[in-house]
Amino acid sequence: MEALDGNAIAGTLFEYFATEMTTAPGTCAHCGTRSQIAELAVYARAPGAVVRCRHCGSVVIVLVTIRNQLHVDWSAFPMEETSGH
Amino acid sequence: MSPISRGFRGRRREHADPSRVPPGQYVTSDFPVLSAGPTPHTPPDEWSFTIDGAVAEPASWPWEEFVALPSETITVDIHCVTKWSKLDTSWRGVSLDTLLESVVTEAGYLTAWSDGGYTTNLTLDDVTGGKAWVAYEYGAEPLEAEHGGPARLLVPHLYFWKSAKWVRGLTLTPDDEPGFWEGYGYHNRGDPWLEQRYQGD
Amino acid sequence: MARAAIPGRLTWQLGRVVELVDETPRCKSLVIELPEWRGHRAGQHVDVRLTAEDGYQAERSYSIASSPGDAQLVLTVERLEDGEVSPYLTDELRPGDELELRGPIGGYFVWEPSQGGPLLLIAGGSGVVPFRAMLRRWTAGERDVPARLLYSSRTLQEVIYRTELERLAEEGAEVNLTLTRQWPADWQGHRGRVDRALLAEVTWPPQQRPLVYVCGPTAFVETVAEALVKAGHEPGRIKTERFGPTGS
Repeated sequence: MEALDGNAIAGTLFEYFATEMTTAPGTCAHCGTRSQIAELAVYARAPGAVVRCRHCGSVVIVLVTIRNQLHVDWSAFPMEETSGH
Repeated sequence: MSPISRGFRGRRREHADPSRVPPGQYVTSDFPVLSAGPTPHTPPDEWSFTIDGAVAEPASWPWEEFVALPSETITVDIHCVTKWSKLDTSWRGVSLDTLLESVVTEAGYLTAWSDGGYTTNLTLDDVTGGKAWVAYEYGAEPLEAEHGGPARLLVPHLYFWKSAKWVRGLTLTPDDEPGFWEGYGYHNRGDPWLEQRYQGD
Repeated sequence: MARAAIPGRLTWQLGRVVELVDETPRCKSLVIELPEWRGHRAGQHVDVRLTAEDGYQAERSYSIASSPGDAQLVLTVERLEDGEVSPYLTDELRPGDELELRGPIGGYFVWEPSQGGPLLLIAGGSGVVPFRAMLRRWTAGERDVPARLLYSSRTLQEVIYRTELERLAEEGAEVNLTLTRQWPADWQGHRGRVDRALLAEVTWPPQQRPLVYVCGPTAFVETVAEALVKAGHEPGRIKTERFGPTGS
């Protein structure tokens, strides 16, 4: 299964954060590598989308839609404050 | 509600006996590959299956011993929480009843764990009495890595995210401990006939 | 029913297909009119959503092939063999049909003249689509930086926008084609996959610090990006966009 990248979930992330997120920088909580979201590895064929750090392979962001409600867990990818809404 | 896209039907649906199709599911003849991460490729000489945790003594089998265990060929329907069902899939594997005979436990739950870090939780009840296998053949062929090979858990009466690909062991636990998807809001049990997709269903 | 666009919100809109253009045996361009399209940046994409009569929905992303200056929105779709959405878009859709989409989306894989260059675009198959938008944008601008495309295709018949690429070459963009599976007997372009040797031959050296965009299937993008880094190009000046199958 080959991974895509953060561009593949750009629309969904925009929906959640109300702003463009592909250039948002964050830090992998497991290995400390800094990446923009577009640079992360995305596994979009799943009961959700799983986003992994390219450096260490750990899960950094998980997107799930539960009862038509989108949830994004980015606790393992702390990001700087984004401007906007 | 979105407007209808004229002439769009989606993936080709198979017609099926409705009594075999859980609520909210569509039947397909494809076998979509879903994954939360890269496909592991564990060679047989590095593979083993282990049952540990709340057991008197752990049990472990290297590959050669594992495939020499009594096995069964079964044909079952499988149901993915993403709404696709596939009927009459054929597998060969070792029943969890056979494997659990090798351990002594009072635990009521287990966590299945896999190469790559995936986990899912199950009750002992849901994996005993002829309901679960560790399967290493699909359609009379060795199970492909993409579909979970060399071996995957197979628990067809529950949503297929419980049938952990690349399974390497079971850790028995006194309490129910949510696995990967369960921790993100998917149901702890996942019975498709009760449509237990999400926590709280 | 018109819905007011709220800044910061990405709303689904209904477009109308006005034309379908055969690009190659496998690819079609969809020309779409939208009541509230506010323009886009070269490299961005849209999400398309299809709804069946029973409510079943499927969603896919498609790069915008039209330039920010073009009058109408154009998407170029490649029909995938086992595709669920692409065969509908290439084979079933007719002029007059409505198409639900949202966008433009993307802030990373975009190029504008202000970002400078030299601009190096490396495409595998349908990965060339966002580069058409970028090259049109480049043509419409001051052309302060040189632009170069390296486009890998299985066969000559599968080269998308061939006539336009020839015209761009005449206008000063450098277009390099490599065919990987089959080529005409008198083929003057490159042959074989994009590898380190071909990159060395065709791309600017790392000292020139090109701004590199790589787009196509995951395996292609990763092979090319790795080769570029090994050749000494700065990772920070290489942007990648991977195409591939996505679930709904």
